Amino acid sequence: MAFLEIFMRWFLIDKFIEIQKGKYAKAIRNITLGEDHLHDHFPTFPVMPNSLIIESLAQTAGILAGYSEDFEQNVILSKITKAVFHRMARPGDQLLLEARIVDLRDEGAWLDASATVDGEMLAEASLMFVHWRGELPSGRPLSNFVFNEEFVSFFWANLAPPSIKEKKNSPSAR
Amino acid sequence: MADKQEVLQKVQEILTDALGVDEEEVAEDASLVADLGAESIDFLDIVFRLEKTFNIKIPRGDLFPEDLLSDEQYVQEGKITPEGLKVLKEKVPYADLNEFEKNPDVSGVANLFTVGMIVSYVTDRLAS
Repeated sequence: MAFLEIFMRWFLIDKFIEIQKGKYAKAIRNITLGEDHLHDHFPTFPVMPNSLIIESLAQTAGILAGYSEDFEQNVILSKITKAVFHRMARPGDQLLLEARIVDLRDEGAWLDASATVDGEMLAEASLMFVHWRGELPSGRPLSNFVFNEEFVSFFWANLAPPSIKEKKNSPSAR
Repeated sequence: MADKQEVLQKVQEILTDALGVDEEEVAEDASLVADLGAESIDFLDIVFRLEKTFNIKIPRGDLFPEDLLSDEQYVQEGKITPEGLKVLKEKVPYADLNEFEKNPDVSGVANLFTVGMIVSYVTDRLAS
């Protein structure tokens, strides 16, 4: 229970297929009728809300940016510069989420992301993240609250693609 | 030497993308905040795009001296002090401060940041 209280997040990706540090990530997300919110959006015609598609893309892009810096930065979505939707996402669809780093620098990260279903373009977005390095009102430095310890172990156990898991576990990479 | 018209055109493209506005809205005298709806986070985005497009490095606070506003020496009771105005003139020689000096309210600082100011800054940087 304690684990859930600390860690419960709303994951909008199911797993990563590929992550290339500093460059590119590919993840998937299956949409199912088992998701409660689809029953109201819309009654008798379930559609994944576009705002949640953006969140899926932002999670793919944000985790790529975070992983590229060994999860040492607080990566915060700060701007959706562009978002274009070409079709609806419905139960049974498998979203292929792709993110590309345009630039990763000290202040933050700029990424382009897209979602396709069966090779058909569903959504495109340009996203901007900032690195948050503030301090608490008490003056204590802010700890890493985005990619905290629980998230990082969950990532390696469940989300990370096999290719980078192997690299992490091989003795030469240490 | 960079042609000012060429710089203006590129700056207009940058602002069209960064702020999601129409190109015809991005007139030279348009204020980034009042006319084009820029928010604080957009300034970081604009600086990034300028650096990338023009291949220059813009030190923090060089183009948009936002740190000045949190300094008590330069801001008192919501107004920029005479010392503050002096620093502002040094830091933003590209901005037109004549009108602003009559009522140096902090809330008006953002209006100094215009499309033309960015164009002058970039043109100078490319020339040096």
